[in-house]
Amino acid sequence: MAKKVLLGCEAIIQGALAAGVDFVSGYPGCPSAEIGDGFGKIAKEYGVYAEWSTNEKTGLEAAIGASFSGLKSLVNMKSFGINVCSDVLLPLAYTGTKAPMVIFVGDDPNCHSSAQSEQDSRGYAYLSHIPFLEPSDAQECYDFTKLGFEISEKFNTPVILRTTTRVAHQRAPVVFDTPQKKERKVGEFIKNPHQFSTMPPRTMEMKKELLEKLKKISVYADKSKINFIVGRNPSKIGIITSGISFSHALDALQTMGLNIPVLRLGFFYPLPEKMISGFIKGKKTILVAEELNLYLEKEIIRIAKGTNPKVEIFGKNVLPEIGELSVEKICIALSKITGKKFVAPKVKVLDLPRRTARLCEGCPYWYIFPTLKRIAPDAIFTGDIGCNMIAGLAPHSMHDTLFAMGSSIGIAHGVKKSTNQKVIAMMGDGTFFHSGIAGMINSVYNKSSPLMVVLDNRITAMTGHQVNPGMGKTLMGEGVEEIKIEEIAKACGVKNIKVLDPANIKEFEEIIKDFLQKDEISLIVAKRVCKLLENRQKKNG
Amino acid sequence: MDNFNVIVNGVGGQGIITLLSLIDEAAFVEGFDIKSSELHGLSQRGGSVETHIRFGKKVHSPLVPIGQANLIISLEMLEALRETSKSGKNTKFLINEYVSPFQGSLTKEDIKKHFDAMKNELHFVEASEICKEKLQNEVVSTVYLLGFASYKNLIPIKKESFLQAIKNTIPEKYQELNIKAFNLAYDK
Repeated sequence: MAKKVLLGCEAIIQGALAAGVDFVSGYPGCPSAEIGDGFGKIAKEYGVYAEWSTNEKTGLEAAIGASFSGLKSLVNMKSFGINVCSDVLLPLAYTGTKAPMVIFVGDDPNCHSSAQSEQDSRGYAYLSHIPFLEPSDAQECYDFTKLGFEISEKFNTPVILRTTTRVAHQRAPVVFDTPQKKERKVGEFIKNPHQFSTMPPRTMEMKKELLEKLKKISVYADKSKINFIVGRNPSKIGIITSGISFSHALDALQTMGLNIPVLRLGFFYPLPEKMISGFIKGKKTILVAEELNLYLEKEIIRIAKGTNPKVEIFGKNVLPEIGELSVEKICIALSKITGKKFVAPKVKVLDLPRRTARLCEGCPYWYIFPTLKRIAPDAIFTGDIGCNMIAGLAPHSMHDTLFAMGSSIGIAHGVKKSTNQKVIAMMGDGTFFHSGIAGMINSVYNKSSPLMVVLDNRITAMTGHQVNPGMGKTLMGEGVEEIKIEEIAKACGVKNIKVLDPANIKEFEEIIKDFLQKDEISLIVAKRVCKLLENRQKKNG
Repeated sequence: MDNFNVIVNGVGGQGIITLLSLIDEAAFVEGFDIKSSELHGLSQRGGSVETHIRFGKKVHSPLVPIGQANLIISLEMLEALRETSKSGKNTKFLINEYVSPFQGSLTKEDIKKHFDAMKNELHFVEASEICKEKLQNEVVSTVYLLGFASYKNLIPIKKESFLQAIKNTIPEKYQELNIKAFNLAYDK
């Protein structure tokens, strides 16, 4: 046993090690990247195979292969990653797992480090019918990861572990088993297409099996100790909450001097319905303190209909659906419900200039953004995820669209097909390998002519410098042949390709001008290493 | 005692998380319960970054409630000013006298004027300058600030616990430099 201050993500690593994980895959994002990064450093020592996959879908697929071969797997990704792998996630619920699998997804309410939407990934529980756990703190990140593997093993189902930034990027003392070193396990794939292939009409049978399995998991969830009640006094008011909102709620009650029982749900799906029924019984008022979407609230209204139809349920009518919750927000909600006075602390309005993210000193993108803007001031710029997102902020302010990983080229193609305008798609090297290739092929195949600029800084930089297929190195530090962006493009039928150093402004300008005249898709690979990476490489010799 | 609440903020890339980890570890060495909350990713690339640390007998929420910060350590002056919107009347400020300018940002003098009107206990320290001059290293200015906080008793944690925290969390080859930076605040 050890006790150390750990980041939520680090606690997940320890939880997975304690459960005997063999196989780790995923794609870096915020707040989840520390899991893969951490495994990269220790995998060999603890007999684990760890990789950064090219995207979340290939990551989950790799874990499925591992699970079917008898290896315990952990998949890690940020919120939007679950969208990318959802195509595989849904049939996985049907086949189930062989060896246990935990899928970690890190949501980011308030969009601290996320561009595209304030996603509440809990909705995937309903879509996929996969058990869904929500830890409230770093200790529970450890406990629930271990438990996730147990549940997965018991029911042959993947288990999703979902946190938000305030849990995954929380540091707190964590008690954990000192991990044991082991040999890397060699599994065996024992053929079983009946279970591993979703081929109709078997698919419908599998759905039936899944729903039956869920009934059993529901019974298990109802008995699970990760759902518990704090405060046993017979109050007519109760709070139902989960995740980080639980921590805020406890502080809110203390602040207000209220003694109200709190039902904390560790299982988001399936819900411990009997326990919830029991909690609601005899209550006049329930506050559902949940962040983002009103999933729990709807479920609790449904459950209450059968148990205590008169109970008044508060939720999103007193709490915001946008942004993170806080102690203050829950205090205000409690004040509205109980009538007890709460004077919200004043936030002074200061008219200060906003400091947005910016390119680092010496960043190669300093050569790229101004040059593109100068040469093609009237072009439509479709942006992408990663450090090149900063192109959308002042002083560059040059994004006309920003969606998801790889979307720059996909949308650029659509604009090009629909207008006579110049269109330039910008994406990083990591994004190109993640999902940019598909959009590029679509452009070639459908005879489109956007200019694609891959800002190749030789690393997946934004999420903290993860390796990618363009770098010649794997997560576990093994050498591998560099996959060259220009060679992929050539093989896909892109005819106008130029690899250059964007610091050679003159050449860069001329190529932009030339390629913008082409009536076929063209590609500039603007290659120059990330300054932070360069500094680090120098420092470490 | 009630939980002790610290906000550490500044500009992404200044070493905010290193400072946060040191305070976490020092509080842990003293046997306190701790929760801290930090931000990575996009916000780390030169934007405003605000992190929270709470320690005491039992900590629930990792976020410092509005107005309840005992101490705000700011590594940049405009970011320090930004925190005044949520600070309380008892909040003390420890501010690195350093400005990281951007288009439309305020000057040092303008920022100081705002602070002049405040009644809170304020400590302005030229940490970056001092470390550059005395240690030929600006990066450890965060640890110098921590030393200053310890010297002025701004955090209820013993000096020895901070030094232990440096030993526990900083890679060995940088420990001596960091301990020097920490002790520098005591030497003057």
